[in-house]
Amino acid sequence: MSPRRTETGGRIDRLRTIRFTFDGAPYTGHIGDTLASALLANGVTLFGRSFKYHRPRGLLSAGVEEPNALVTVLSGEVREPNIPATMVEIYDGLVAVSQNRNPSLAWDIGAVNQLGGKILSAGFYYKTFMGPVFGPLKGTRFWMFCEHFIRRAAGLGKAGTAPDPARYERMNAFCDVLVVGSGPAGLMAAKAAADQGARVILAELEAHFGGSANWSGETIDGMLAADWAQRTVGQLEGNDNVRLLPRTTVWGYYDGNTLAALERVTDHKEVAAKGEPRQRYWAIRAGTVVLATGSFERPLVFPGNDRPGVMLAHAAERYAVEYGVLPGQRIALFTNNDSAYRSAVALKKAGAAVVAIIDVRGDVSTEMRRLASEAEAELLAGHAVVATEGGKALTGLKIQRFDAMSGALSGDERSIHADSLLMSGGWSPTIHLASQAGAKAEWDPARQAFLPPTPTQRWIGAGAFTGSFSTAEAIAEGRAAGLQAAGGAASSAPVPVVEAAPGDPDPAPVFEIKAKGKSFVDFQHDVTADDVRLAHREGFVSVEHLKRYTTLGMATDQGKNSNVPGLAIMAEALGKPIPEVGTTRFRPPYTAVSIGSLAAERFGDLKPERLTPMHDWHIANGARMYSAGLWYRPMIYGLPGETVEQAYVREARATRGSAGIVDVSTLGKIAVQGPDAAEFLDRVYTNTFSTLAVGKARYGLMLREDGLAFDDGTTWRLGEQEFLMTTTTANAGKVMQHLEYFLDVIWPELRVTVTSVTDEWAGAAIGGPNARAILASCVTGTAVDNATLPFMGIAHGQIAGVPVMICRLSFSGEMAFEVYSGAGYGTRVWEALIEAGKPFGLVTYGLEALGTMRIEKGHVTGAEIDGRTTARDLHLDWMLSKKKPFIGSAMMDREGLIAPDRLELVGLIALDNRPLSGGGHIVEQLDEANPHHSLGHITACCYSPALGKYIALALVKGGKARHGTRAFVSDPLRNRFGPIEIVSNHFYDPDGSRMHG
Amino acid sequence: MLITCPYCGPRDVIEFTYQGDGNRERPQPASQDLDAWNAYVYDRLNPAGDHNEIWQHSGGCRAHLRVVRNTITHEILSTAFARGGHKAEGRS
Repeated sequence: MSPRRTETGGRIDRLRTIRFTFDGAPYTGHIGDTLASALLANGVTLFGRSFKYHRPRGLLSAGVEEPNALVTVLSGEVREPNIPATMVEIYDGLVAVSQNRNPSLAWDIGAVNQLGGKILSAGFYYKTFMGPVFGPLKGTRFWMFCEHFIRRAAGLGKAGTAPDPARYERMNAFCDVLVVGSGPAGLMAAKAAADQGARVILAELEAHFGGSANWSGETIDGMLAADWAQRTVGQLEGNDNVRLLPRTTVWGYYDGNTLAALERVTDHKEVAAKGEPRQRYWAIRAGTVVLATGSFERPLVFPGNDRPGVMLAHAAERYAVEYGVLPGQRIALFTNNDSAYRSAVALKKAGAAVVAIIDVRGDVSTEMRRLASEAEAELLAGHAVVATEGGKALTGLKIQRFDAMSGALSGDERSIHADSLLMSGGWSPTIHLASQAGAKAEWDPARQAFLPPTPTQRWIGAGAFTGSFSTAEAIAEGRAAGLQAAGGAASSAPVPVVEAAPGDPDPAPVFEIKAKGKSFVDFQHDVTADDVRLAHREGFVSVEHLKRYTTLGMATDQGKNSNVPGLAIMAEALGKPIPEVGTTRFRPPYTAVSIGSLAAERFGDLKPERLTPMHDWHIANGARMYSAGLWYRPMIYGLPGETVEQAYVREARATRGSAGIVDVSTLGKIAVQGPDAAEFLDRVYTNTFSTLAVGKARYGLMLREDGLAFDDGTTWRLGEQEFLMTTTTANAGKVMQHLEYFLDVIWPELRVTVTSVTDEWAGAAIGGPNARAILASCVTGTAVDNATLPFMGIAHGQIAGVPVMICRLSFSGEMAFEVYSGAGYGTRVWEALIEAGKPFGLVTYGLEALGTMRIEKGHVTGAEIDGRTTARDLHLDWMLSKKKPFIGSAMMDREGLIAPDRLELVGLIALDNRPLSGGGHIVEQLDEANPHHSLGHITACCYSPALGKYIALALVKGGKARHGTRAFVSDPLRNRFGPIEIVSNHFYDPDGSRMHG
Repeated sequence: MLITCPYCGPRDVIEFTYQGDGNRERPQPASQDLDAWNAYVYDRLNPAGDHNEIWQHSGGCRAHLRVVRNTITHEILSTAFARGGHKAEGRS
């Protein structure tokens, strides 16, 4: 038997033992245990080291609000840091490690930071790292020097670097009523709504439904509350209208009653079932939301309140009742309200000795005195804890007389021997989702808590969430909320009867005991009461500034424990009541959400891929693929032992020497059809298409409305009223939307339809001196000679029995033809062309060789049409029609767009015969130590086999005027400096004699 | 946020592409009034309240919609085909 496990009780399965490790040491627990309860049962008191001072820390809570006991769960190479041990369900083989300690949890070198407490106060970084005005560490350099060491010492768990192999899913769900939280209020709401026939989703962030019913020890309908909860869940399970989501945290409340939730599907399993994702992201659209999210018990702020062994009272009660674990053998309680008395009785019943109840209130009710004697505890009314003792575990505490009205301490200190100190500073409703949904929370002076605001969206509150802390109220409000949410009439039928310990829900307005020593407000970020007061003295008045300066409430727990005590201390310092200080607005997410779940199917094996019809052929023939957006395209068809550069140089050289073929199926293709199709194209393109003859193609340029270049491509006139437009691969979607917008919104009178046919056609471009001969040997049904198929002409024929459309156009600068066939026949046509090319030494080439040949020709692509360049910048002004208006024509001549110092397209040749790199800058004078005065930048670069040189395209001020001059490339990032010559962008065959043949 | 497409019904906002302020008026294509063009290309209303916007149902029927949306609450007050009086053929 574990040292702290009770003989009986708890919802754990004592017959089933689970084995796991924590910091490398083996431990056992039972099914139903969390990592926190199992370690506590094994006598572990030290769970982590604090953020700044590296103070030893134990469990504060038993739930999602845990600030101290954060662990990293390891699964193979994958690390999941910063998970509260209270939320980790143990399974066989679980490996968890503690965080922020070096070298070990028990012996932590960073603990010396505690000695420097005065220096490490609020604003420490801002103050300490303002470097001197001059010298080697001036300005922020001192900070840069120290940062590495500080980052190492401060902080939480380390994120892993291994790729996450887990699968995540996104699910859309719809319901009439979403109930968040499954305590008595949530269960009643779900039951009432389901009984009305409403479609209900019940989400519970913990593994088990029931909330406080699981540990309150109260009686509902004559049975133990936990049994009542289980029975109610059973009734809900049998209802087809109800979806039960355990382990599901509703973390965001968005517009239109859309809520985001994270379901931890398999995190608690040793092995996931086939097809199960690790986590599931739910987007839930709810008619009405019932918020039954309960409340958090608040810590009290007093010296040493962070020592391991100091815990929230209800958490200890929960460990004892729900998990059969006692946090200590000699327990003292420290409270400002009645709820701790019930906890005392529960712990006594579970077998602990309750040595004292220290109550800040001088006046304690008769009922509470009765509960104190039932717990056999000494009641110390009008007292407060002023110190705690012990190192890695609590050994005792000191108390003094306390006046709750003035906050004054008096009399002698008295020591109490205890190994566990439980505190209760009142309760704060968990209003996060309501706050996210809209209005500001309202301070209730009686409850000493922020209560949920008036709803601005369709939600109804119930139970402790509304400040109704008794189970009887929770049940009544839950039922009313469920009925109302489902559109049912209010019921006068009797609600289940609750038997519970008495208690006044209103605490004394005491948040802090001011005595010597560090009193923690925010445990996770090590913010003390003195830090809050220091921030006030230094002039921080707004609660938002206070938060940022002290980092109060900015840790992973988002101030679930610290918010209200921090505000109370600030309010006192300001001499204002709490509501005047105000509270910060809660924002999503309520708890940490894995990035993987947000990415869901957009990442990994569920991400869509676009493959060309010839994809498998490329793979089978040694292509190295390159991902371009969702497309995969061959980069090179490398031979064994070839580098990328060797491969593309060989491919480009062979194409210019004889012939090459490339897959161009990814080009955007849009069918533009209708009586006004030609008129439409005249408006869309800068040049004229209405004059284009049927059976001919033309190169076209589009501008945006603001006059800058948008996209280019060829458009083929297939009939009087029918065009096939091609776009760049990257802009296919954008161009389609552009056309649709104008047809639908601006020119609805034009009788034109546009249809994306990108995926309908397979395209192969074959170019080189022998391209025509290859085509002639395999095409039937048409001639391919100059008369039948002149430059920019279109012919229809067959290859291997497949109808094909051939257009003679060239991107490579060689005589070239684009051969289009139905996508399903793409590979057949491709293979026929390859076969026909064999006698001519036809090579397949990839994107690298394609790019090389286009750079040699000086053609532009997306690298140059980058959203900042005009047609003139790219020397495409010959395409700007003066006879008609077109999109962008009115704006393209604005002053700034025709200024003489604009960046213009030029060619560059590296004079040192070394590779250039994209993004490198062009300068007149080389200054490697202090690069400045950029004339422009490189957009594309390659080794040119045609020129035998390293060349590049660039956008450079002055452009043409600099042709023939020398300058330098300056690329400090890659340490590439050197002389270059600026030349025309048309490096190769500038008069086009090769492609015109 | 849900937008009710007159053709497809209520759909999640992720199916739609925002196409800007619906109050802009495009000058006649041949207009040389640079101020009018400038206003059309660059000026946008940014009211805190009801706003007339163009959205494309890009993940659905691809029609453009005129949507009145409250920019504070994100409530959608009305949706209609942007084609104005014209009802798109085959869609009624």
